[in-house]
Amino acid sequence: MNARSSGPSQRAWDTARQSREQRLAAAARYARDKLVFHEDVTKLLEALVRSGDRVCLEGDNQKQADFLAARLAEVDPVVVKDLHIVQSGVVLAEHLDLFEAGIAKRLDFSYSGPQGAAIARALKASKIELGAVHTYLELFSRYFVDLTPHVALTVARCADREGNLYMGPNTEDSPVVIEATAFKQGIVIAQVNELVDKVPRVDVPGDRVDFVVVAPSNFYVEPLFTRDPAQITETQILTAMLAIKGIYEPYGVKRLNHGIGFNTAAIELILPTYAERLGLKGRIATHFALNPHPTLIPAIESGWVEQVYSFGSEVGMDDYMRARPDIFFTGRDGSMASNRMYCQSAGLYATDLFIGSTLQIDLAGNSSTFTKDRIAGFGGAPNMGSDPRGRRHASDAWLKAGREAAGEPTRLPRGRKLVVQIVETFGEKLSPTFVEGLDSIELAKSLDLALPPVMIYGDDVSHIVTEEGIANLLLCRTPAEREQAIRGVAGYTDVGRARDARAVEELRARKVIQRPEDLGINPLDANRSLLAARSVKELLRWSGNLYDPPRKFRNW
Amino acid sequence: MENLKLRFTTRGPAPGTACSAIVGVVASGNLEVLLERVLAQNECAVEITTPVRGYDEVWKAVVADFVERTSPGGMRISINDGGARPDTVALRLMQGVRTMEMDDE
Repeated sequence: MNARSSGPSQRAWDTARQSREQRLAAAARYARDKLVFHEDVTKLLEALVRSGDRVCLEGDNQKQADFLAARLAEVDPVVVKDLHIVQSGVVLAEHLDLFEAGIAKRLDFSYSGPQGAAIARALKASKIELGAVHTYLELFSRYFVDLTPHVALTVARCADREGNLYMGPNTEDSPVVIEATAFKQGIVIAQVNELVDKVPRVDVPGDRVDFVVVAPSNFYVEPLFTRDPAQITETQILTAMLAIKGIYEPYGVKRLNHGIGFNTAAIELILPTYAERLGLKGRIATHFALNPHPTLIPAIESGWVEQVYSFGSEVGMDDYMRARPDIFFTGRDGSMASNRMYCQSAGLYATDLFIGSTLQIDLAGNSSTFTKDRIAGFGGAPNMGSDPRGRRHASDAWLKAGREAAGEPTRLPRGRKLVVQIVETFGEKLSPTFVEGLDSIELAKSLDLALPPVMIYGDDVSHIVTEEGIANLLLCRTPAEREQAIRGVAGYTDVGRARDARAVEELRARKVIQRPEDLGINPLDANRSLLAARSVKELLRWSGNLYDPPRKFRNW
Repeated sequence: MENLKLRFTTRGPAPGTACSAIVGVVASGNLEVLLERVLAQNECAVEITTPVRGYDEVWKAVVADFVERTSPGGMRISINDGGARPDTVALRLMQGVRTMEMDDE
């Protein structure tokens, strides 16, 4: 029976654990049990981190382990070099400093936000070897397959002496990062705002955490999801009306995710006004996978929203969420709880619609936020803005979209996710949103990337909404029809003006394209008076003063 | 500053009796539109002043569509642009015509 006759293999099966124990022994002199004094952190890192290690330096969408990032950027690049950084967010200047100094060499990430231009420069200067720009779920999944961190540098609001961590509303990526690291014999270091006798809630159990350091100042959180209603334009309100009347209503979209743009903020702010007048309350937009957008407050307060699960938090929303546990997920301590991996999964599999904006859309409906000199990375759009082929539960919205895509009745019905791009035909500085070819294709060529970064592939997009109308791509039967449907809502851009006017009118007759007037919407009614709140101050009033806007949004 | 003058023959006069109207403001990304009912009933003149170069064809397309849609006969329209996007231009022109539909009092 046995192919091999000898006994157990002679190889060592615990090299990773041995490596971990050696590192911990080398670091012991800088710690008392798990506690490290903040001035000793650079030395601690030099003792723990080895050249070539995979390191996750959170680096989330919102919260930042900024103190640990600054200390890692201070290590001696002779002692620690060629690290492989594996984290979702490359957001701080210190993250790039690691590559400038040679401490880090390889990068796998998801989102870069403010560092997009710096990453492009570092790539061109060969300071970074880029693995891939991932979607969140994809990167988190790879933590358990081939990108498991050796060291995770995490961040929490407070810790106790045993290393139990309380992260409050900004739990974000940490549980998945720490599980992958700790259970594969890696090392976990946490920066915290304060040390306490007992944490309000255990977000990460202490036996997964090796070291805790109290940072001299509170960690940084970017208010990424606050949109000031004062800046919402009439055109954005018009696109919001189109989305509600032309998509949310006919499909009966109840479960959804919104992007972070002003168009979707406008949708949130006209639910209690325009959508209320259409009699849609309770029939649309009841369950969200969504960060706690302040612009959702009026819809929550007027009874539109039944529940919201979040990827992360938003600065200033803590007290409001604590006071609304029927709406938000909260711990026994009362504070909101988030988890980016869970929420990305929820947005992928358990919502019927994703709607978000983008910078460029090509003639096949592919979209990208990458430009020639910016590696912007992805937010949640690629996961939530894709049709999950693994979905096996039905809903009215999903089945209707599936019927439209199939064209004819089939014996084996299958649904489709509604993936909506809502844009204005021109963006900042009169740059056209609709283009013949995406900048990211040129970018991929110039940087020798194997894969041109595409935020949402055209074959996943179901609708494009602009101020000129809605293009329903599910109803297009040929690539040529799809192209004319896109040109037909591309306004006065070159792409829009090069339309075949007759083909576009035919598509309109088939309701592949719907104009505002086809939906009973007069563009002149797209007025700021439709917004349930027209300023941050009015959001604060809607919240019963529970919302505490960040200083930069307090303009009164 | 770029200056662009366009003239059109319309199907008929613009509705309403208001003599003039102003909509919008000159601000970044916005524009001011002055409409005056001073021309013959089937004539429309549009004069555009804009700080942005190179968009003549877009202006012509936006204004031609507007004239086709609303038939603003009798109007002299002066646009003072602050770098507005075409959709904003189209919206302001429509708002201008609607304002002119009101009776002058």
